[in-house]
Amino acid sequence: MFESKSGIFFIAGIGFFLLAFLGNGVVPMIMYKDRHEQTAEEVVNKRVMAQFRDLAQRYPESFQNAFGEPTEEACAEALRLGRQLYVGEGCWHCHSQFVRPVSNESRRFGPVSKSEEYDNELQRPVLFGTRRVGPDLSREGGRRGNDWHAVHFHKPQVVSTDSPMPEYPWFFDGSPDKPNRRGIAVMTYIQWLGSWLEEYPYYEELAEVKGEQ
Amino acid sequence: MTSGPSAHHRSDGFQAGDAGAPAHDDLVDEKIIVCYYVAALTFLTISMLAGLLVALQLVHWNPFRGTELLSPGRWRMIHTNAIAYGFLANAFLGTLHWAVPRLTFHKVLSTRLSWFIFGVWQVIVLSTAVGIVLGPTFQDQPWILALAKKWHLPMNLGAQGLEWGETPFWIDPLALVGLALVAVNFMVPIGKSKGPMYVSLWYFMAAFVWTFLTYAMGNLLPEYAVAGTSAGAIGGLFIHDLVGLFVTPLGWGLMYYFVPIMLKKPIWSHGLSLVGFWGLAFFYPLQGIHHFLYTPIPMFLQYGAVISTIAVELVVATVVINFFGTLVGRGKEFFENLPIRYFYTGMVFYFITCFQCALQVTLTFQKLIHFTDWVVGHAHLVMFGVFSLWLFGIMTYLFPRLLGRPWWSRSLCEYHYWLSAGGLFVMFLDLTLAGIFQGYYWSSLQPWDASTNGSQPFWITRVFAGLAMFAGLLCFLVNLWMTARGAEATDPLPARAAGTPAA
Repeated sequence: MFESKSGIFFIAGIGFFLLAFLGNGVVPMIMYKDRHEQTAEEVVNKRVMAQFRDLAQRYPESFQNAFGEPTEEACAEALRLGRQLYVGEGCWHCHSQFVRPVSNESRRFGPVSKSEEYDNELQRPVLFGTRRVGPDLSREGGRRGNDWHAVHFHKPQVVSTDSPMPEYPWFFDGSPDKPNRRGIAVMTYIQWLGSWLEEYPYYEELAEVKGEQ
Repeated sequence: MTSGPSAHHRSDGFQAGDAGAPAHDDLVDEKIIVCYYVAALTFLTISMLAGLLVALQLVHWNPFRGTELLSPGRWRMIHTNAIAYGFLANAFLGTLHWAVPRLTFHKVLSTRLSWFIFGVWQVIVLSTAVGIVLGPTFQDQPWILALAKKWHLPMNLGAQGLEWGETPFWIDPLALVGLALVAVNFMVPIGKSKGPMYVSLWYFMAAFVWTFLTYAMGNLLPEYAVAGTSAGAIGGLFIHDLVGLFVTPLGWGLMYYFVPIMLKKPIWSHGLSLVGFWGLAFFYPLQGIHHFLYTPIPMFLQYGAVISTIAVELVVATVVINFFGTLVGRGKEFFENLPIRYFYTGMVFYFITCFQCALQVTLTFQKLIHFTDWVVGHAHLVMFGVFSLWLFGIMTYLFPRLLGRPWWSRSLCEYHYWLSAGGLFVMFLDLTLAGIFQGYYWSSLQPWDASTNGSQPFWITRVFAGLAMFAGLLCFLVNLWMTARGAEATDPLPARAAGTPAA
């Protein structure tokens, strides 16, 4: 049995693979099967909308060309495109998206990540990350202004002197004050990260969000 | 069971006494092996250049700053994908065309199918590369966003967000067809072979099944079927299985084939071979979640993954002991026989890798080293230190046979070994140490810059270690070029040192 073709094929090849798939894959799937997976439209919230409108005010011409009016529908579209670019440009290979309950991470980044945070279309496949050259981004939204992000994407060393992060001038039409559609989408996506957390402190300073509460 | 040694002896090069054995030329299509190797070395060159680009970016020496199509973020994915699918897969497929027919005494199912697979596989690797490099540039199309909105799927033209599963979605089906054809093409001769199977064939057969299933699982489920934390669990399983159920079994299967041939003695213990294979088959796939410890994946599943990882370390020890038992009495070969030196160096590195696994998989270690360069060092140790060194050894052994002449320069072969093994070992130590530093920088709550600035000495060292490894590859390529064009051997590698049987 242990050296026969059928034994190798069925027990080792298919059997053990399925056993592991059952234990490591199907068990969590069953545990989480009743969770509702939110769509991009459903994850748009007032905080990311505040940032989206801020982008529209700050870069009126660029924004008008890229997304027209800052509606919730346009915001969902920006989130989708931003997430596609975040993955395609390989951002997730240097920035994780989960705060671990150890190593003082909650003191540096914010609340420890919970399972329900990942139940949405924009975490498909989930972006836990593999390496942190730069900091975790799952609580990045609202920490810095859009102007900071624009300059940072254009040339990170301008605002973060020693940063080894590459430049992304193709997110702009020539200068950091002219983000193109790709640039606005990525910034919207970054500002969305963590915006779903009620207890997240930085948003309290945003007058617009406060006003709506 | 004594099938191991006897099966090996039977199929070992058709020496005197093997009157009934089919002739080598009737079994093996040597041309396709050369083509696979050339493709493999091409992608290895590209991959190492990509790695160099990323390494230079980290130390602020990137000469192509702000060039969209040379963005380090995109080329970082070329680096890993070209190794997995361009170098390792091509080199393994080429070697299997040598090993499987000679072990089974049967040709592959169809030579034309072999060439078709060869073509398809290069298309897959090249389109993956094109997709990764150009995808984000052309991502912003109304029809893509419309599809993404309609189906609520990511629809990335370029890379998908799963490590080693970056292969763009529009290539995945072709890759699956290719893998299925590979399995059929090689399983038919294995199926036709008579008598008990030799160890290598257990590994090969299982690998064909596993690779297909693993690829299908990782490239379909987290993208289309499951989301969130469960997708994370599948993603962990995928990266893990791709190493453990595709690269590892093919690598060990080839070691069980080439080592006894070159040492001209059977594997030390057939019993240990059995323990090694079945232990790996059982424990290896159970460990996927250990890539995501401390995530929201349920804790009891994380504990299970940790325990099976420690268990597999014991299995690995039996395999390594078995091979060193085989070397006993032939220790001189390690110094004189270059392929054997490659193989056993790789095995020492393999033992270090797996020993490291058993430690780093614990929650205690994970606190410190997760997300750091420690993991990057570990990945290089296993992918380059083990499997690439093994394939270099196999190529060093096979090229003179495929080309019909000895290596042009023995010393270039030696340089290739020392630069590759030495450079890799320095890189491994350097990144491991860097990881520990980074872990402490982070948990000490110093500003983030402290960790990137503190990493600079390590990252600079890494650039030079990588350059050494690349220089080794250049030695190999020059040597191969001169050998292939028939330049007269300056200091030919003695037949013995190239692993050639004395006869």
